[in-house]
Amino acid sequence: MSGANLQIRADGRLRHFLSIEGLDRRIFTEILDTADSFTGVAEQSVKKVPLLRGKTIVNLFFEASTRTRTTFELAAKRLSADVLNINIDVSSAVKGETLLDTLRNLQAMHVDMFVVRHSDSGTAHFIAAHALPHVSVINAGDGRHAHPTQAVLDMLTIRRNKGADFGRLTVAIVGDIAHSRVARSQIHALNLLNTGEVRVVAPRTLLPADVESLGVKVFHELREGLRDADVVMMLRLQRERMQGAMLPSEHEYFRLYGLTDEKLSMAKADVTVMHPGPINRGVEMDSQVADGPPSVILEQVAHGIAARMAVMSMAMQQNIQPQAND
Amino acid sequence: MTSPRIRIFGGRLIDPCNNVDGPFDLYIADGRVAAIGDAPDGFAADVELDATGMCVTPGLVDLCARLREPGQEHKASIDSECRAAASSGITTLCCPPDTDPVIDTPAVVELIRHRARQVGAARVVALGALTPGLRGVHLSEMAALQQAGCVGVSNAGNPLGSTLIERRAFEYAATFGLTVFLHADDAALSADGCLHEGRVSTRLGLPGIPEAAETVAVARDLALIEQTGVTAHFCRLTTRRAVRMVARAQFDGVPVTADVAIPYLYFTDVDASQFGPDYHFIPPLRTAEDRTGLLQSLRNGTLSALCSDHQPHEPDAKLAPFPATEPGASGLDSLLPLTLKLVEEGHLSLPDAIARVTCGPARILNIPCGELSVGRVADVCVFDLNGNWRLDQHTMSSRGKNTPFRGWEMRGRVRYTLRGRAPAPRDPAR
Repeated sequence: MSGANLQIRADGRLRHFLSIEGLDRRIFTEILDTADSFTGVAEQSVKKVPLLRGKTIVNLFFEASTRTRTTFELAAKRLSADVLNINIDVSSAVKGETLLDTLRNLQAMHVDMFVVRHSDSGTAHFIAAHALPHVSVINAGDGRHAHPTQAVLDMLTIRRNKGADFGRLTVAIVGDIAHSRVARSQIHALNLLNTGEVRVVAPRTLLPADVESLGVKVFHELREGLRDADVVMMLRLQRERMQGAMLPSEHEYFRLYGLTDEKLSMAKADVTVMHPGPINRGVEMDSQVADGPPSVILEQVAHGIAARMAVMSMAMQQNIQPQAND
Repeated sequence: MTSPRIRIFGGRLIDPCNNVDGPFDLYIADGRVAAIGDAPDGFAADVELDATGMCVTPGLVDLCARLREPGQEHKASIDSECRAAASSGITTLCCPPDTDPVIDTPAVVELIRHRARQVGAARVVALGALTPGLRGVHLSEMAALQQAGCVGVSNAGNPLGSTLIERRAFEYAATFGLTVFLHADDAALSADGCLHEGRVSTRLGLPGIPEAAETVAVARDLALIEQTGVTAHFCRLTTRRAVRMVARAQFDGVPVTADVAIPYLYFTDVDASQFGPDYHFIPPLRTAEDRTGLLQSLRNGTLSALCSDHQPHEPDAKLAPFPATEPGASGLDSLLPLTLKLVEEGHLSLPDAIARVTCGPARILNIPCGELSVGRVADVCVFDLNGNWRLDQHTMSSRGKNTPFRGWEMRGRVRYTLRGRAPAPRDPAR
């Protein structure tokens, strides 16, 4: 629902990419197909396609990020776009110009796309609602709300490992669901693809209110939650959760919810293990699991570039076409 | 200057305080109600106001209106908001102490009263700060604030340092018969929340404010109210459980009252589903069940007042991602029409609805208005019940145009607002 009318053009094509919610299965599958086709680009000797040549993309990051920003930057460069990275520390006490003023100033420089990350939920929607008609907005993470490109790369990774029929899959998402935009986007994406069963596994302090309403089955015991799972998606645990009285200690968390080979044996033999990174080894998962055969964590990183190339090029489709004619 | 003698004739006079509802004329002399029904002997009107087809009620009393002065004049001013009140049928406004500087010294009270008198459009009463700077640490000079004209004391939305400070503040206020106005919120539980904790906050990934932030505070406050015997008022309750706790306390004879603000009767957290900043309220909009519970309690009188919780903002305050926007809505213009809409929707009778915005709040504030008893100040509102108009930035008189009711059809057009004297100027746009 959120962003439904904002991110889709009148002709049904992608205008912005703000959240998985509001997308239909057709367009989401198209995104996955496009991403799939881009996975080959990195293997070419010239790792570039000229789709966004002459376009200017601004990575507007109000929250620290290395991985996501880097993959967005690389994705833009492989699409031949010009990339500008802007990091603004909103947590600093000094209040600078308003978000809207930042946006207007950049738009005056004739940029074509914003890739936005911000600690406030709803920021990407806000920017999309105020962007000029030719400017597209990609959500690179807003508060605890959404991280839709992560969901695209995760679904692509699952599809390439397990096939396109999600209906027969049981997927367990383990960890801090409450504070995770990754989990929310994953849940929406999995349900959009009609996944057989979507589970969340966490203590109650790390589950948001009415989490079942997102379309998941709740487990508090990791072994139960992993039983016969095809895919296990681990979430990153922020250290500050210990201060907020969400958890007693990393030690107890690892003992109860840390993924080990022994617990993983509850899942299907061909289980796939995923993590959005960066991993806290010995907190969310054992090194043996992270580096073991079921782990596709590095594959996820590679797919991250393809996924971002896909949504960037699709959101700019409308803008590309006139150029293709001349 | 002597006040003109005024006769308001032909209207339906509704004065819930005196159980009056009928075709009575109203006679005003020396700024006070001279008679109802038949003219007093020898009354010769200087001004005759035709109220045929209209309702004649006491002027509205708004229990909570931020005027933004002193301190935030870029949002609104005493001048702009008192005029907006007058054109909306409101004759008395109660201003909470969270101005800048805070209303914690007689000088600030005097400043506000002085400005309001200069404008003359509406009476402004103020609540004094319970603690200096609303910091919740020490007791403010409540006796001095009372002498300066404060009708009660409050710590607005700011938490008190401990239950001990709360106890002492209640005891001290009770010494002078001051009512404490409470914002029931457990600060640790509401933390950085900006939306009701539930399905919608989970979906949007917005930090939630649980129901318990309100119920825990009400439970604690009620215990201390009973302990200290202070007269207390709960401002803007939002959850049905909290209201139920207050109803139980009232049944037990605890001297406690409560009110609700208009937006909570029309919207729920679901309305914020698209990150619309106009639906950002603190306390937050709650669930449909809470809304139903509030309406029931308004009907049965547990909630004896209905207020605008007026919070005018400059446009920029709402131009940001949801959590970064300033909460609250501009509400003076829509207080009467949306109160009347509750009648139209069958939630309240017309006299009960009028009571919730006149004698109900006046009783809570313990001030002699909100009624048309003979001898009382003649604060009067004359409105056309069937006059429709559209709420938008052109028809709103308040400087703040921030409202989730933008574009709504409003029922009830104010024809005259009287404050003892001749009709106050009315906004011609409506």
